[in-house]
Order: sequence, then structure tokens, then C-alpha cells
Amino acid sequence: MIDAITSFIEDKRGAKTKCITSMGAALMEEVGRLGRSGMFLCQTLLHSLTPPIKGERVLRQTWFIGWKSMLVIALTGIFTGMVVALQAFPTLRRVGSEALLGPLVSLSLIRELGPVLTALMVTGRAGSAIVAEIGIMRTSEQIDALALMGLNPLRYVVVPNVLASLLALPVLTVVFDVIGILGGYLVGVRLLGLSGGTYFGEMSTHVEMKDILGGIYKALAFGLLIGWVCCYKGYHSRFGAEGVSAATTQAVVDTSVLILVCDYFVTAAVF
Amino acid sequence: MIRVDDLWKSFGSQEVLRGVSFEVPPGEFVALIGGSGGGKSLLLKLLVRLLKPDHGRIWVCGKEVAASSRKELESLRSRIGFVFQGGALFDSMTVYDNVAFPLREKTSLGEKDIRRKVTEELELVGLRDAEHKVPAQLSGGMIKRVALARALARDPEIVLFDEPTTGLDPVVSRAVLDLFSAVHRRLRLTGILVSHEIPRIFEIVQKVAMLHEGRIVAVESPGRFCASPDPVIQQFVNGKASARSCLKEELV
Repeated sequence: MIDAITSFIEDKRGAKTKCITSMGAALMEEVGRLGRSGMFLCQTLLHSLTPPIKGERVLRQTWFIGWKSMLVIALTGIFTGMVVALQAFPTLRRVGSEALLGPLVSLSLIRELGPVLTALMVTGRAGSAIVAEIGIMRTSEQIDALALMGLNPLRYVVVPNVLASLLALPVLTVVFDVIGILGGYLVGVRLLGLSGGTYFGEMSTHVEMKDILGGIYKALAFGLLIGWVCCYKGYHSRFGAEGVSAATTQAVVDTSVLILVCDYFVTAAVF
Repeated sequence: MIRVDDLWKSFGSQEVLRGVSFEVPPGEFVALIGGSGGGKSLLLKLLVRLLKPDHGRIWVCGKEVAASSRKELESLRSRIGFVFQGGALFDSMTVYDNVAFPLREKTSLGEKDIRRKVTEELELVGLRDAEHKVPAQLSGGMIKRVALARALARDPEIVLFDEPTTGLDPVVSRAVLDLFSAVHRRLRLTGILVSHEIPRIFEIVQKVAMLHEGRIVAVESPGRFCASPDPVIQQFVNGKASARSCLKEELV
């Protein structure tokens, strides 16, 4: 009987130890992964700041991330502006402040919706393509081929994407904001009867340079996040179609969540 | 030219290379054979430090690879051409740009000299007319030939071929091996050819090295290799390896 109890206790202890060991291993793995991604970012930034910069590739990727996202950003922007105006106008009218529709639409877009939605759309459209492209380069040994030619794959593949993302995001955000404000104008002025002078006049009174710069800072932070996470996931994707597909999904999810987390901290720091 | 001494490499608990040692003298073309998944491609990647060994030393052109600084490694790699299994061509570039790429990026040659060199290399592999095509428009054999042209563009002293005939039909495969042989004879390169094309490769190499269970079990001239009484070698040469041993190698 005593033997049975002792063995039961030992079994329990063993299971507990195993559980703690596996949790510890998982934690260490996660810490290691974070460390590697941090190192990846540091190396990328270092290469971004030191010559030679692959200017042609930066331009090509800026065109891909920026120009090719323009339509989707314009469409998202106009409908976001329209829906904000449509939702806000009745409430403002109830409290007799419909003149504040312009500031409300513009501040919502410039400070918050513009940078965040632009970043989320770019993640879905261009970020996923970046992960897939780099992942395929990895699995088809093109990255190894670059290394064997004496070229730094980070400098050649990653840096142009990160710089392009940093350049494109602020521009796309401004486009989103402007088109969104026009969307608000269409609904507020053309559809709901507010005067155009009031819409734009109140806007110039309430919107400050700090708001615009805050939005741009956010766009820059999100641009860096998109470039970093998407390139990292592609660069370290597992072999085969399944590996690239998993890396793409994970990159889009991780980047989207990080954008929202980062949004809070940048908002707290800037505004 | 290439010397490997007691090389070990594991992935987790799986030991792939367990004390590999061999030597390739200058100008010699060596075939590296062995079961699938036995670590042949891994060995090539260790030679150029695309991966780091767990233990052991490698000397290439008199330099110890593991002890080389980044600059030294870069200079060492410029003396080595590597033909990857799938070609590893940059799919956004044309054939011409793929071959010109290492010259544009790593030499001070002008565009005129680059054109002359690229044309020369493409003529050598018989693909002068395909220079405007992109890799997606090429057949498997053509991809391997472009990969060879790119590997030769910087006049390497050593060329490493990683299963260059995998996935090719016997006719194209033979043509590709003939081309490699002709290039080797003409340029007097030192080379390691990983291949399963037995006995075809015996006609084009000076030595055959066999990797078995993580070790080099023989380095012999093709004639002596084929005449070896070693049952492992005989099984491999005659394609009579038991199903059990084949499956074991595949699992490794």
C-alpha cells in the first residue's frame, strides 16, 4: 500500500517536472525567436543606414507597395470617410453641432483611421506578397545563391522592402486621409445638406499640424512594422509550399495585431 | 584545393554527418555519391559555409572556412561556383541578367565587357539564343545550363554541382553531364559533383567518393571504385541496395 502511494506521488512529481520543463522550453524558444527577430531588425536598420543602398530595388518596391496599393487605399478611404460622416451627422444634429462634421471626419481620419486602415490594407495586399516572394526565394535557394555571390541577402532583399514600406506608408496615409475627407464631404454636403464652407472652414480651425504629424509618425511606425515582420517571416519561412503559406498567414496576422498594439502606444506618446 | 577533416553535423538529435574526411586536389573532378538524404548536399553547403558544422575543419584554397572573416569568406566564395539543384535562378530576371548579375554586383567591369563575358558563357552552354527569356520559359535542362553559365561567370577555380541532373530525362541529363565534363576539361576546374547518375558519372570524373551513414567510406578512381569488393559499394553501384537499407537512408 505504502509502495503504491509512494509510486503515485513520484509519478505526480514526474508529470509536474515534465510539465514545467516543457513550459520552460517553450518560453525559451519564444524568447529566442523574439531575440532573433530583434537582431534581424537591428541588422536591417544598420544596412539601411550604410551604403551601398540598392536604389533601383527600393524604387521598384516603393512602386509595388505604394503605387499598386493606390486603388485599394482610395476605395477604402472614400467609403471610410463617407460612413464616418453618415454615422456622425445625425448625432451631431441632435446636439446642434452639425457644423463640427468636417473636424470630426478629418480628425478621425488623420489621427486614427487613416494610418491604421492604410497599414492594415497594405499588410493584406503588399505585406503578404513580400512574405511569399522572400519565402519562395528562400525555398528555391535564391537567397543562398545571393550569399554565395558575396552579396548580403539582407541588403539585397530585405532592406529595399523595409525602406519602400517606410516611404510608401506616409504617402498612402495622406492619400487615404484626403480621399476620406472628400468622401465625408460627399455625404455631409452633397447628401445631407451641410454647407461646403462650414465643412471645410471648421476643419481648418480644428485640425492642427500636431494632428497631421501624429498621423505621419504612426504611418512611419506601421511602415517599419510591415517591412520588418513580413520580411522576417518570409526570410525564415519553412521549406515547401506549406511553409511559405504558413509564413504568409502568420505574418499578416502578427503584423495586423502589432499595428493595433503599436497604434495605442504611438497615440499615447504623440497626442 | 579542398580538404575536409572530421566533419560532424546534426539537426536536433539526428546526426547526418559523423566524421567526414576527404580531400580534392587541384584540377580534380570528384563525384560524391550516396543514398538520398545522406547529407551530400549538406556537405556542399558546409564547404561554402552556408551552414556551420558542429565539429571539424574545412580548408578551401588553403583557407580554413570556419576561421575566415566575412571579407575572407566573400573573397573565397568568389573563387567558387555553385550550381544548385533547382538552378536558383532569379525568376524576376532574364537569362542574360541572371548571368550578368554577379558581374554587375561584384566586379568593376563596364556593361560592354559584361555583355562580352555573358555572351561567351551563354555560348559555352549553348544558350546564346535564350538570353531574353525568363526562367519560367526555360526547360529543366536549360535552367541547369544557365545556372552553370552563371556559376562560371566570375571564372571560379572550384565548381560545386548539387544534383544537377535531378528531374531531367535521361537524354537531357546526359547532355548536361557532357557539358559539365567538357567545361571541366576546357577550364581545368576543381569540382565536386553530387549525383545519382551511376554509371554515367564514372565516365566524367577522376575520383568517386561515397558517403554512407554519415562517413566517407571510399574515395577511389571510378575503375577501382567499381571493382571494390565492399558490399555497400557493390550494392550502390549495381543498384541492388536492399529495400531495408534504402528506406533507412531515406528516413535519415
